[in-house]
Amino acid sequence: MSEFHQELDASGLNCPLPILRAKKAIGTLEAGQVLKIIATDPGSVKDFDAFAKQTGNELLSSTEEGGKYIFFIKKKS
Amino acid sequence: MSDTKKLAIIATKGTLDWAYPPFILGSTAAALGYDVQIFFTFYGLQLLRKKLKLQVSPLGNPGMPMPMPVPVLIQALPGMQSIMTSMMKSKMKSKGVASVEELRGLCLEADVKMIACQMTVDLFEFNTKEFIDGIEYGGAATFFEFAGESDICLYI
Repeated sequence: MSEFHQELDASGLNCPLPILRAKKAIGTLEAGQVLKIIATDPGSVKDFDAFAKQTGNELLSSTEEGGKYIFFIKKKS
Repeated sequence: MSDTKKLAIIATKGTLDWAYPPFILGSTAAALGYDVQIFFTFYGLQLLRKKLKLQVSPLGNPGMPMPMPVPVLIQALPGMQSIMTSMMKSKMKSKGVASVEELRGLCLEADVKMIACQMTVDLFEFNTKEFIDGIEYGGAATFFEFAGESDICLYI
C-alpha cells in the first residue's frame, strides 16, 4: 500500500485526537482519495476500524511497523 | 426527519477529570456523523467558562491512582488539590491526551450544541459573560426536545 493523497502524522496523540484529526483531514479530500495515517496509540487500531464502519469511508489497510500503526482510509464517494 | 443519529449528554460535574467524558464523546460522535447536544447543569456549568479553572481532588476518591499512598488527612491539607491538579495535567500532556480546552474547541467546531441550564445559572449566580460564545440557555423541556429523539442519552 503506497498510494495516498495526504498524510496525517498523529504520533504521540491519544484518544480521541487521532480520529478527530483524521476526520478533519478526510474533509479536505475529494471522494475516492486516500488518507494515510500514522499513529502510536494502540487503541487507534480498533478505533479506525470502527470509524470506517460508521462513516462509510473505507479502511484499505491497517498495519503495524515498529510500534507505529499505519492506516489507509479511502474517502467514500 | 433525517436518519442522522443523535447523542444527548447531560454534563453535571465540574472537575478536571470529569470534564473529559462529555467532550471526548461529544467530539468523537460528531466526527462519526452524529448530531450532538450537551446540556450543562449544576457543576457541569464550570465546563462552559471561557477561562477554565478545573481542578481534580484525591479527596473522597479512593480510586485515583497515586504515585505513593497518601493518607486522607494529608490529602485534605491546603495546596494538595492544586498539586494533584498540576500532576494530573502534566501527566496528561506527557501522554498526548488533549486538554479540555482543545476538546471543547473541537466540539464547537463540529457544531456540537451546548446548552446551559438556566435554572442553575440563576441559582449559582453565574455571570454569563464568563461563558464561551455560541451556547444556548434552556431548561429541562429544552433538553427533552432533543433527548426524546436521541439514539443515545448519557448522564455524566
